[in-house]
Amino acid sequence: MATEACGEEGQVKLLGLSISPFVVRVRIALALKGIDYQFIQENTKNKSQLLLQSNPVHKKIPVLIHNGKPVCESMIIVQYIEDAWDTKAPNLMPKDPYDRATARFWAAFVDDKLFPCIRAVFTGQGEQLQKAAEDFVTNCLLVEEALRTNSCFSGQPYFGGDEIGLLDIALGGMSVFIRGLEKATDTVLICQEKMPLLSAWMDRFCKSDGVKEVMPHLDKQVEFILARRAAWME
Amino acid sequence: MEGEQVKVLKYWASPFSLRVQIALDLKGIPYEYVEEDLLNNKSQLLLQSNPVHKTVPVLIHNSKNICESLIVLEYIDETWEGRGVSLLLKSPHQRALARFWAAFIDDKLGHSISGMYRCLEKELRKKATNETMNNIALLEEAFGTAFNGLKGNPFFGGECIGYLDIVLGGLVVWIQVVEAITGVTLIDPETTPLLHAWLHRFCRVDSVKKSLPQFEKLLTYGYLVQKKFPMLTYE
Repeated sequence: MATEACGEEGQVKLLGLSISPFVVRVRIALALKGIDYQFIQENTKNKSQLLLQSNPVHKKIPVLIHNGKPVCESMIIVQYIEDAWDTKAPNLMPKDPYDRATARFWAAFVDDKLFPCIRAVFTGQGEQLQKAAEDFVTNCLLVEEALRTNSCFSGQPYFGGDEIGLLDIALGGMSVFIRGLEKATDTVLICQEKMPLLSAWMDRFCKSDGVKEVMPHLDKQVEFILARRAAWME
Repeated sequence: MEGEQVKVLKYWASPFSLRVQIALDLKGIPYEYVEEDLLNNKSQLLLQSNPVHKTVPVLIHNSKNICESLIVLEYIDETWEGRGVSLLLKSPHQRALARFWAAFIDDKLGHSISGMYRCLEKELRKKATNETMNNIALLEEAFGTAFNGLKGNPFFGGECIGYLDIVLGGLVVWIQVVEAITGVTLIDPETTPLLHAWLHRFCRVDSVKKSLPQFEKLLTYGYLVQKKFPMLTYE
């Protein structure tokens, strides 16, 4: 839940929408680190002056404002949270440079390969939508395989090891949005049969402390998706 | 550095593998390289070490494979911390700023530059060109204010080149090639004085000079890419 005013290290504000998976990522990171912040809900049809000033390049949420200085782009914000509060447990990144590179690689894969498919399912119809869902599955199977075979991940409850890390947040932050899309568009994106490890991981992730409090409710997510899709159809 | 094996899978025309070469040279890390034939015949080593994307650069460090140029740059900085210059500054906010503009360069600028010379349709080329001019104007502004170019900082990294200089710098010869192919000036002393001065300064740095592709050779390659890989859509 959003709380008023400052953390120990200075004032932290988050501009966003609780329904956005990108904002969810940031809220998870803040919750895990136990950082107090002021959550300012934006109206994306009527963006605040503060948002436009803090993110003049993209004019998008989330934006984290720490001691008056803005940080934009969800995964850059998550890395910033880790860097700025690096002495506060838990650490969201491993210590070893190769493990860090591995986490970053797959986080980039989520944004560069998985998310475009998610967006295409979100906005697509008919054949386009089916193709986008298939592409998502093809790409997601690579993540399933990494979870199974990569020594950085296999046998651990989370991509980050015993605790949630950067890559868990990158993909896990999308969980309710992905499940919401499946319901709203009647597609299968992450299924138990083809992706047993990811399915189990996703359930575990969504029930974790720090995550469950900030994840949107599935019904609200489905409602949001259906409303957007209906608006585009007009 | 004894016993360390550092190998780079690269392609002479790739702005991405160029970034890795510059970073290694800047930090004084000796390395071997394998020139990949990306268009016709990717090596087994490349396909094995980067099975997901199957492209350059790949940094192979003591049998560990690291892919994606921005990720490789951070890996180099962290692995050889304390050796040569730091690529990223220490301050979390400065790091976030550098990462933000690196993402902007790859996602927005790189994309619009490609569109400028590769889109088949005239209207799409025009759209890509306008976006590129806009993106460059944003970079000029950022260099001036966020990175203190207006206060005399010669590079994004400060007194010497750093992460963001290398990220943008990987594209410098490509920018000149696209200007030549399209006849559109992107960086010039009047509209983008800071970037113009930065570009010349950047190209004179030793670690950069030795690896930059030759303009004429890249121009020929640019025409080839335009012909072989036209863009039918542009968003």
